[in-house]
Amino acid sequence: MIWDLVVAPFADFGFMRRALLGCIAVSVGATPVGVFLILRHMSLTGDAMAHAILPGAAIGYLVSGLSLGAMTVGGLIAGMIVALASGFVARVTSLREDASLAAFYLISLALGVLIVSTHGNNIDLMHVLFGTVLALDNTALILLCSFASLSVLVLAVLFRPLVLECADPQFLRSVSKLSGVTHFTFLALVVMNLVGGFHALGTLMAVGIMILPGAAARFWAESIGGLIAAAALVAMLSSLIGLLLSFHYSLPSGPAIILVAGVGYGLSLIFGPVGGAIAQNLPRRNFET
Amino acid sequence: MTSLRSVFASATAIVTFSLTVPTVSWAEQPIPVVATFSILGDMVERIGGEHIALTTLVGPDGDTHVYQPTPKAARSVAEADVLFMNGLEFEGWLERLAEAASFNGAMVVATNGIVPIAFEEHEDEHEEHDEHEEHEEHDDHDDHEEHDEHEEHDEHAGHDHGTFDPHAWQSLDNAVIYANNIAAGLAQADPANASAYYINRAVFVDQIVALKSDVDAMMGALPADKRTVVTPHDAFGYFAAAYDLTFEAPQGMSTESEVSAADVAALITQIRRDSISAVFIESITDNRMMEQIANETGATIGGTLYSDALSGETGPASTYLDMIRHNATTLSDALGS
Repeated sequence: MIWDLVVAPFADFGFMRRALLGCIAVSVGATPVGVFLILRHMSLTGDAMAHAILPGAAIGYLVSGLSLGAMTVGGLIAGMIVALASGFVARVTSLREDASLAAFYLISLALGVLIVSTHGNNIDLMHVLFGTVLALDNTALILLCSFASLSVLVLAVLFRPLVLECADPQFLRSVSKLSGVTHFTFLALVVMNLVGGFHALGTLMAVGIMILPGAAARFWAESIGGLIAAAALVAMLSSLIGLLLSFHYSLPSGPAIILVAGVGYGLSLIFGPVGGAIAQNLPRRNFET
Repeated sequence: MTSLRSVFASATAIVTFSLTVPTVSWAEQPIPVVATFSILGDMVERIGGEHIALTTLVGPDGDTHVYQPTPKAARSVAEADVLFMNGLEFEGWLERLAEAASFNGAMVVATNGIVPIAFEEHEDEHEEHDEHEEHEEHDDHDDHEEHDEHEEHDEHAGHDHGTFDPHAWQSLDNAVIYANNIAAGLAQADPANASAYYINRAVFVDQIVALKSDVDAMMGALPADKRTVVTPHDAFGYFAAAYDLTFEAPQGMSTESEVSAADVAALITQIRRDSISAVFIESITDNRMMEQIANETGATIGGTLYSDALSGETGPASTYLDMIRHNATTLSDALGS
């Protein structure tokens, strides 16, 4: 029974195993980044960055066709340009970073739509750019796993300054010249994980797997390590359940995975022990006399 | 994003139209006509010859399912005397475009008079025909409510077509009907050259008939256990019906829908069970999925089929007749061996 429901789809079909592996890679790589995005009050930055990536991927596609490499490099370059430009503007002018990021990502998005539209006759570019988790080939899998590993390694190196910046950005800026480096490297991680994610799930779905588990984890753990572990667990469970739903009930897999993560977030919101709706409103025992 | 673009397109179209005086056809000047996509455009070109100035909206290798009209397209439509469309809701965007461009010429539906195939293959043929007759009584462009009612019949989730498979040109018999409709449409818009159009039609129909006997021979020679074909999207229903082949596709009828794991799994199971040896890719779709399926089942990629669009000038399917011949040869080479 459980074998048929849970194990058989993966035992019988290689594409399901590939999809699961791809999702786990994205979960491991992207969710810690998502946790830091949330802690730094930058939850919507992920969404902005996802849009900023589009023109780069589109140019990559137009230059060398359906090549994973070209689209990846294009997306990375476009995302980095937007991240660096908005960071630079924030540091040399009085405009705040969120406003300049909004400006640059909108410019980038407009450029992307322009490119897609003027060449859109050939094939639906949006459709090509939005990958599907069911068609991961070896190169895509290797790319996803490398990005996840690199992301985890870089995050390990950056961990202390990042935590400091979450807690007290002014302090880090005052004691270390590396605050800027930390910030940009972190943005590079965001871009890299999004580019990896859009090969697997499509850009918008990639933001979902980055942010939703992190938001859900907020209700389960207080320490940063706990948050990351809980988020990665939520992401992996969502991937597994989403894929199985897609398999058993004929649902498109990308939206299924993100919706399961969304349900996870909703349940955490209500039942989570750390600040969840129930825990918050129950009379606390330690205040009893 | 999409709605903004279409608002922009309509706005531009209105401006364009108000600046453009609709052209009147003169006998010595080619009449401006628009065809919606490359395959139809090729047929119109053949029959219109030098008497028409043709604009094709969705060019070679373009995907008509997801086409987004540009202001330039709206302008072509506004200036056209005749607008050729496939019908059967293949061009979902055309109605809005024609309205935005204030098109007031003649609209010719190339599939008028064919027997459409319903989405469900197992439906009784007689019933299909009756349903079709019912449709014919209404204006071809105004019966959306009707289609919506029928939508529950089909099981392909997420596509945006009506009740019937629009890819009717894949049958050579239907191509003759296309040619008749095109010739009649042109003759009506440009009576001075009517005889030329009918002569061109006759030449084209002769070529179709000649090709049909070749394709009949190739398909007839396929062994009985090799008559299942796997393609990315369900575009070959008419070809399959004509030659008793079975086409399977993970993506369903429209290239727009997203696949589910269940669809892919069902297809892989079938390929394994029926020991299907070759799967095919299409010129207009994302072929990563088919490559993965081929990988997993050990089937080979049999070649590229052209379904919804012609290839460019240098490709193997730059005209309608070449396309059908290329598809038949590809199928016959991959399945016959």
